Amino acid sequence: MLGRVRSLAVSQERIVLLTALALFVAFSVFLKGFLSSGNLVSLVRGVSTLGILGVGMAIVVIGRGVDLTIVAIYAMAAAWTLHLANLGIAIPSAMLLGFLLALSIGLINGVLIAYVEIPALFATLGMASLVYGFVRFALVPLYVVYMPASAGAIAWIGGGFVWGVPTPVLFFALIAFLGFLFLRFTKPGRLVYAIGDNFAAARISGAPVRTIVVLQYVLSASIAYVAGMITATAVASMNTNVSNSSLIYDVILVVVLGGIGLSGGRGGIRNVIVGTLLIGILLNGMTIMNIQYTLQNVIRSLILLAAIVLDGIVNPRDEQTAQQGDI
Amino acid sequence: MGMRHLTTVFGFVLALAGMAGHAMADGIDDPRRAEYFKGLAGKTIAFVPVTMGIDLTEGWASVMRRQADRLGMKLEIRDPHFSADAGAQAITSLIAEKPDVLVVHNPDVQSYARLLKRAEESGIHVIQINMRSNYNSDVYVGADWIGIGEGEAQAVIDKCGAGTSGKVAVLQGQPTSGSDSGMMKGVENVFTKHPEIKLVANLAGEWDATKAHAIISTVIQQNPDLCGVVGFWDVMDLGAAAAIKESGKPIVLVTSGGGEQMACDNVAKGAFDKEIAYQVMDQGRDLNDMIATVLQSGLPAGKLKAVIYSPQLIISKETLRPGLCWSASELKK
Repeated sequence: MLGRVRSLAVSQERIVLLTALALFVAFSVFLKGFLSSGNLVSLVRGVSTLGILGVGMAIVVIGRGVDLTIVAIYAMAAAWTLHLANLGIAIPSAMLLGFLLALSIGLINGVLIAYVEIPALFATLGMASLVYGFVRFALVPLYVVYMPASAGAIAWIGGGFVWGVPTPVLFFALIAFLGFLFLRFTKPGRLVYAIGDNFAAARISGAPVRTIVVLQYVLSASIAYVAGMITATAVASMNTNVSNSSLIYDVILVVVLGGIGLSGGRGGIRNVIVGTLLIGILLNGMTIMNIQYTLQNVIRSLILLAAIVLDGIVNPRDEQTAQQGDI
Repeated sequence: MGMRHLTTVFGFVLALAGMAGHAMADGIDDPRRAEYFKGLAGKTIAFVPVTMGIDLTEGWASVMRRQADRLGMKLEIRDPHFSADAGAQAITSLIAEKPDVLVVHNPDVQSYARLLKRAEESGIHVIQINMRSNYNSDVYVGADWIGIGEGEAQAVIDKCGAGTSGKVAVLQGQPTSGSDSGMMKGVENVFTKHPEIKLVANLAGEWDATKAHAIISTVIQQNPDLCGVVGFWDVMDLGAAAAIKESGKPIVLVTSGGGEQMACDNVAKGAFDKEIAYQVMDQGRDLNDMIATVLQSGLPAGKLKAVIYSPQLIISKETLRPGLCWSASELKK
């Protein structure tokens, strides 16, 4: 039984990978200029922050949680950093403060979920509005924060090139690699799988489950801050309203699409990369084809629905999920 | 002439001078003045923006607040925070509370149309600012979107004529909004007269700089000889500007927006070639004048049907000077 589920779970990632490959081949054949190296770089670059956020989300989802604050942290901590820089605070201090803000939000999330035992869905949903509201009310009075000229020294984070490759792509590669190392080779990383697979069993066998849960949310918050600074420096501004946008669904889409089941315990960074690339290929192709905005939304939503249905088929509700309930 | 005569003339002159002097000292009362202040004092103005906290709405609110304070009127702001539902609820409850004037900033052409009609039927003057709905209320104050679209298209054509590829991309915000449909119409008006211009992409960045960045960098990859980009909102177009800068190509970027300081900064930096702006502070002044007008008109709500289009402000290297733009962060102080 377990063997069958496992082989099917792999096959979802395969299906997505094959879809991505099929689209890739089709676009290469039918869309002039799609296969050019410049376009492929801009394809990956366009989804690199999405992919980075996906890595953060994956670490949480594998542990059978979900982090709906990830986009709020991404937008608001980076916006506060820019705002502090605008007020004349030195860039390193501004970045440190922004990072500490992200870190403390992650810590609060973790404590709420691990110790106060609020379901992750509600804790992080509430925190997302709180983070947006609090930062807008107390820290960043403006809706859009622009990067001051004094921040020119960090413009390379989102707008630079190394060996001709845009830095956001390199950051995506680096964070994906670190996430892979964490999940695959460290003890806390392995425990994330154990907790996601069976929380009670992990606790009974002596795993420090609460600490690990806190660690997951701290990690996803830190990753969100990095993604936020990449965006902020790439477009020389941060629009705090991104916090209320549909970006959070795109992040979940990347994770679920790649084959990381929402019921936890399965999948890895490879799934995030596959999901991100599929979205990237799709967005890039639709842009080249000049597909109308509303139709693009329809196509994207249909793919999300298909991915969730597929997830339900290949990771069916069994005795265990029925007992634990969905997230 | 005898002495007596001379005295009479002298006396007459004196008397005239005296009268004149008297008149100068007393001044002439304006019978409408007291009426103006008395008529406006105590009135309630309600403002339902798309959201507070953005340069546009903060700017209008601050100008309206100044007039309200000066004339003893009450300004009430209901902030629906980007939610059309919350905005509809705010308007519904305002219809019951019956302010004298309702100033509305519509999120799209449809959401509030019926409510605004109901508000006017219940006797509230409705002024729509910058983003109109399908319902024509007493007053529309705001940008002439079609005119701005035409101006932007023309500015790009000026740079993308003979000797260039003539390839142009349009970067919309959200095609369902009142501003976008108007600007797109304006762009079409101009482009149809210029067959040499090739519209290679017409996409929407959802008001998001990151999406704009991804779209424009893809379009540039696809059309390495792209000549110009027509952007629909400066805040979003920062992403397009970054994509153009990364490509290292001399692509013209024309945008539009509220003429906030960031527009001037980015024109100075060369990120934007030109911004066709609607001046938020002047729009606030127009709002104030129309608030005073509907209140003094004596007309029942829904009868006036006036439109006040904001004049365009061209921000380019040629027009740039200190004080051309206004600063949202100054307002916050």
